[in-house]
Amino acid sequence: MSTPLPPFEEIVTTHGPTVLRVCRAVLGPMDADDAWSETFLAALRAYPTLRPDSNVEAWLVTIAHRKAIDQTRARARRPLPTEPLPEHPAPSKEDRRDGDLWVAMQALPFKQRVAVTYHYVAGMPYADVAALIGGSQDAARRAAADGIATLRKTYRKGGPR
Amino acid sequence: MTTHEPREPERSDVFIALPDIDEETQRRLHDRLVREAQTAGLLDVAYRTIDSPVGPLLLAATAKGLVRVAYGREDHEKVLERLARDLSPRILHAPARLDAAAKEIDEYFAGLRQGFDLPVDFSLSRGFRRLVLTRLRAIGYGQTASYAAVAVAVGSPKAVRAVGTACATNPIPVVVPCHRVVRSDGSIGQYVGGVDAKKTLLTLEGRPAD
Repeated sequence: MSTPLPPFEEIVTTHGPTVLRVCRAVLGPMDADDAWSETFLAALRAYPTLRPDSNVEAWLVTIAHRKAIDQTRARARRPLPTEPLPEHPAPSKEDRRDGDLWVAMQALPFKQRVAVTYHYVAGMPYADVAALIGGSQDAARRAAADGIATLRKTYRKGGPR
Repeated sequence: MTTHEPREPERSDVFIALPDIDEETQRRLHDRLVREAQTAGLLDVAYRTIDSPVGPLLLAATAKGLVRVAYGREDHEKVLERLARDLSPRILHAPARLDAAAKEIDEYFAGLRQGFDLPVDFSLSRGFRRLVLTRLRAIGYGQTASYAAVAVAVGSPKAVRAVGTACATNPIPVVVPCHRVVRSDGSIGQYVGGVDAKKTLLTLEGRPAD
C-alpha cells in the first residue's frame, strides 16, 4: 500500500509561498493573487486523484502555468489597463520589497519569463522546465540564460534591500 | 518558513535576496481559498483547535456536521492524516465552519451548557459501534450508565466488551458522551482522553468519580 495523501492544508502550507512567487514572477504582483487562488482551487478539486508519490510542487507549478497562459491570453484581449481594482488588497510592506523584481520580470518575453521562473524560483531542473513549456532542454536553458542576462541590466543590482 | 533554493547548483544572484512571503499575505490567500473551496463544495473536512480544561481539542466537521473531536494525546497531526485517509484529503484549517461547535463546547466547560445542539456526522463509525454511539446521547448530563446497561439498551446484553470498544473508539468524545459510561462496580473505566480527562468531565457534571 502506498502512503496516503496528506491533508490538503499541508500542501498549502508547504508549497503556497513558492507557488505565489511563481505567480508573481510570471504574471506580476497584481494578478498573482488571482492566479494563486485559481491554482489552489483547481488543485484541491483534483487532489483526491493525485498519485501519492507525485512531485506535488511540480504538479502545482504545472497547474499555475496553465492559469498563467489563460490569464496572459485574457489580458491580451482586455482593453487598456485601468487603475488598480479596489478589491485587490494593497500589497503589504514585505510584498513590495520584491515588487521591483517582478516588474522587471514582466518586461521579459513570455518564454524567457517562464523559463527563468520555473528554474530559478521553483527550482525545477531544465528537463522538467522543457517538458512544461515545450521545446528542448537546451532551448529552456538558453531562454533562462537570456532572461537572467536581461534582468541583470534592468533590475537594480543587489536586489531588494 | 523555509527558504526555497534552486535544487540545481546553478543559481542567480538576482533571486538570492528574495524575502519570504509574509504571514499576512499567506493568511489572506488561505482565507480566500477556504471561502472559494466552501462555495465550490470542495471543503470536505474543515478543522480547528480549541483550548479546554482537558487540553487542546481538535474539532473537525464535514458538510453534515461535527465528525471528530480529538484529544491532544491522540496526536492531532496523526488524526488529520487518518481523516484524510478515511474521509477525504480535501482538508483545510477553516475555523468558521466550527464556530458553533467551539462555542457550545466552551459553554459546556464553563458549566453553562448541559446538552449540545450540534449536527453530528457518524461517518467514521460503522455497525454496532455506531449504534452504541447514537444511544449514548440518551445518557443525560450528570448521569452515568454502566457498560452492561448500555449493552442491554442496544439489545445485545452480552456485548459488554464491544460496548467498551465502541466507547474507546468514539470519534466525537465530549459531544457524544462516552465519558458517562462507567464500570458496573462504579469505578471509572477507561477513556479515549485518558482517565484524568474522564474524571474532569464527570466532576464538572457534578458526578465526582474516583
